[in-house]
Amino acid sequence: MIRIISKYVFMFISLVLVQVLIFNQVQFSGFFNPYVYLLFIILLPLSAPRYLVLILAFLLGLIIDVFSNSLGVHSAATVFAAYARPLVIRVISNREDDKSDYPGLHQNKLIWFVNYVLIMVLLHHTVLFYLEVYTFTNFFNTFYRVILSSLFSIIIIVLSQFLVFKDS
Amino acid sequence: MRSLLRYLLKNYAFLLFLSLEVFSFILIFNFNSYQKAQYLNSSNQVTGTVYNTYNAVERYFSLGSVNRKLAGENARLKSLISDLPFIRVTPYSVVMKAEVTDSVYRFNSARVINNSVDKQNNYITLNKGRKHGIKPDQGIVNSEGIVGVITNVSESYSLGFSVLNKRWGASAKLKKSGTFGPLSWDGKDSRFANLTGIPFHVELEVGDTVVTSSYSSVFPEAVMIGIIHSFEKPAGENYYNISVKLSVNFRALSYVDVVENLKKDEIKALESKKADDPDNQ
Repeated sequence: MIRIISKYVFMFISLVLVQVLIFNQVQFSGFFNPYVYLLFIILLPLSAPRYLVLILAFLLGLIIDVFSNSLGVHSAATVFAAYARPLVIRVISNREDDKSDYPGLHQNKLIWFVNYVLIMVLLHHTVLFYLEVYTFTNFFNTFYRVILSSLFSIIIIVLSQFLVFKDS
Repeated sequence: MRSLLRYLLKNYAFLLFLSLEVFSFILIFNFNSYQKAQYLNSSNQVTGTVYNTYNAVERYFSLGSVNRKLAGENARLKSLISDLPFIRVTPYSVVMKAEVTDSVYRFNSARVINNSVDKQNNYITLNKGRKHGIKPDQGIVNSEGIVGVITNVSESYSLGFSVLNKRWGASAKLKKSGTFGPLSWDGKDSRFANLTGIPFHVELEVGDTVVTSSYSSVFPEAVMIGIIHSFEKPAGENYYNISVKLSVNFRALSYVDVVENLKKDEIKALESKKADDPDNQ
């Protein structure tokens, strides 16, 4: 238990730092803003109580908000994704499959994991980018930003499973 | 009553979700009045320290270009100083008396420790704060032109709107004709901003210089903003849509100067007196 908690605490801190110090500094066009910190919510155990997931999501979003001076935007998007997580998992899983408690890449089929990440990231980024521009004018401009940034985030999240989270 | 309680207990996740979202939205709405959120921004001690530590490593990679810029600016200032007999140098800043506008500005050098250009509202975090004399509403400039304005200050860090922020616009004027109008950013491209409020009868040319106007106490008059990149006359309106190519490269900010207007309190006091006077309504 202690091992699991310390693992998640370590993951929380390192994802925040990686997000604000590396991915927030990626500046080659306004269309690519990857937000990989969502990986923390994605990888929480499936048996984790829902209130805990929601509160952790809020805290995570709030910390990212404080670092990027966008108070409330990231917390709203992350809480939304966290609330939708059980529904997403139910939709993409077969009833017959024996599910592992840890929703990582190596505990599940690749296609399942990619689907899971894809839906979660799209939900999160859609809420995030529309809240950030705060208007539906230029709807398609924002839409392109959602799609391109999501693609970028998904690729990074899936690759990170091969590189960093190999043994877990 | 009991069934209501049971219902609430069963749906606690939804209620928690709802209250967290409502709380987030309250934060979003309140952050517009940015002065209230004093601690929840990147100028607070913790985030400031994280950015400052990281920047201490990162800045070595830009030393070359920083050196070139500083050398260029040094040369420019040396040639200026020979023309100005009334300049006075203090240990850490230069007090410049400009006879034309009769206001006194003090420049305070600071390092940019965090900066974004691709968000809808971009902010700059600086490594100097209250103890170095930085206060809200002071302008930020560098040798290329205007950069932004300070909004929040902590003990040793400060946060400011950059020009690339939809919540703030500078007061600009055309250098050639003196016509002024507000400068704003539309959130699309970090190289361009929009100038509005210039009526059709003013003659424009691509390449005309846009500078700060004398109507704000944030910046000295005639600090470079950029040049006109393109303009159009929208049908049914009286003002041009002007796209201004900003002279500052926001992707490569390293050192900036914070401008303090030493006469600002006096100007503000005078202006508020005018507003109170019933004869002037």
